[in-house]
Amino acid sequence: MESSDLGAVWLTLKLATIVTVLLLIIGTPIAWWLARTRSAFKGMVGAIVALPLVLPPTVLGFYLLITMGPNGPVGQLTQSLGLGLLPFTFPGLVIASVFYSLPFAVQPIQNAFEAIGERPLEVAATLRASPWDTFWSVAVPLAKPGFVSGAILGFAHTVGEFGIVLMIGGNIPDKTRVVSVQIYDHVEALEYTQAHWLAGGMVLFSFLVLLGLYTFNPARRKTL
Amino acid sequence: MSFEIRAKFRVDRNNFKLDVDLTLPGRGITALFGHSGSGKTTCLRAMAGLERTRDGYFALGNEVWQDEAQNRFIPPHQRALGVVFQEASLFPHLSVRGNMSFGEKRAPLIERRFALPQVAELLGINHLLERPTTELSGGERQRVAIARALLNAPQLLLMDEPLAALDIKRKLEILPYLERLHSELSIPIIYVSHAPDEVARLADHLVLLDQGSVVASGPLKEVLGRIDLPAAFGDDAGVVIEARIAAHEVDDLTRLEFPGGHIFVSRRHEPLGTPLRCRIHARDVSLALVPQVQSSILNSVAATVVDLGPTDTPGHVLVKLDVAGNPLLARITKRSAENLQIRPGLALHAQIKAVALLA
Repeated sequence: MESSDLGAVWLTLKLATIVTVLLLIIGTPIAWWLARTRSAFKGMVGAIVALPLVLPPTVLGFYLLITMGPNGPVGQLTQSLGLGLLPFTFPGLVIASVFYSLPFAVQPIQNAFEAIGERPLEVAATLRASPWDTFWSVAVPLAKPGFVSGAILGFAHTVGEFGIVLMIGGNIPDKTRVVSVQIYDHVEALEYTQAHWLAGGMVLFSFLVLLGLYTFNPARRKTL
Repeated sequence: MSFEIRAKFRVDRNNFKLDVDLTLPGRGITALFGHSGSGKTTCLRAMAGLERTRDGYFALGNEVWQDEAQNRFIPPHQRALGVVFQEASLFPHLSVRGNMSFGEKRAPLIERRFALPQVAELLGINHLLERPTTELSGGERQRVAIARALLNAPQLLLMDEPLAALDIKRKLEILPYLERLHSELSIPIIYVSHAPDEVARLADHLVLLDQGSVVASGPLKEVLGRIDLPAAFGDDAGVVIEARIAAHEVDDLTRLEFPGGHIFVSRRHEPLGTPLRCRIHARDVSLALVPQVQSSILNSVAATVVDLGPTDTPGHVLVKLDVAGNPLLARITKRSAENLQIRPGLALHAQIKAVALLA
């Protein structure tokens, strides 16, 4: 394996890890709200979160590119803060990946929160646990399978993305060139041996992730 | 501890109405009795603060937990109360001990009245402490739920049909523990039930609910002795008498004494002087104008007719009697009532065919 391949593997793992952590931090309150709210906006927010499931990554990438570009609102904000522009940088790739993988983390966690039901939370309240206390001491432990599924799916999905990386990240070695892009490059250059190594590795990795998910977490199979 | 519990709730949903205004004793067990749909569970949830009712008012002595007139509503987690639900609702991610300390940890130190081992002992769950909750029987789960609530140092314990999901064997297993709570703790308990047996056995004060309104509220003996409430208990109408074991006789009978007379029951194992609560169904009481000596019925007490009223079938009447201050009900046919010319003030003899001992 060439050093550029190793660089791509390392970058992919780094991206997926950071994105997974962010997904849990951002996805959990969204999942909690979606699971508990009686608001009229529930359907709308749920639909927006789920959009990446049906949209081609190029569509999402296109709009993110425009928003984060020099004339977009986010682009102007990052420029005025002296951060420069996000497209074609690693942080830009992280942000795009979080959007793209959000439903894969939110939905299992939301399902797990919904499965808890009202009663354990009521019991906690009658035992003088504040809502914040109840969330951490009852809801989160009871929804643990949902968090495991959400984290694994979010991680695996980030590893497997391609279209959005090309749109937002481009193809910069050690900055935005992840494994899926590297495979594409090898195939373009007719380097089938190198492509085989990476592609085969991806197949094995994906299989192991799903095997782990199905073996250790059978109850959550339906969320896939 | 002598305070009052004031509860006033009004709910008006599509097909459900609740309108109660209650003053309850701040001690002992108060039973909220009614059929399903009578509003007793909603009432309990409103007391816990799990449901907020419009025009609601709920106070425990001087402590006002809800007063919508002042826009005051203390959320459930800031109320010093415990709730035991029909299903034990133990936290599945915690062990028995974990569930109990969940309650204990969140009780302010100065309010704590019992330690975990003490409560485990009281409820007979010492040997279960390290078990996961999934390995418990229904009765054990319910006892753990009660222990968890007690360790949270409640000033009021609310129980929503805690025995309804259990079979008769488990019920009998848990009832003595509820009686211990009653006799050993000074926490007032509000107990929702639709089982006349449980109410007769446990309650001191009885509230009858029907279709969201209070039909009667008063001391258990008084409410059970009323004959203007035939619908509430139906065939189960009857009174409760507090008696005391007076003698164990040679022929395997035990004599119970109460003000107004004595009754014989099958041999009991309790020592002399033990108080026992007995339930006497109206259908098990017959009336005679003269003492019956040539009868197999052993138990007969002198009584005076207080009033007559209708009962669940048109062919019968319910007769309210006074036995030295204790109310007693008899359910007899209309024909017998006419033949014997039963009328208020008449002195006669009540024959008791069966006595249910409740403890």
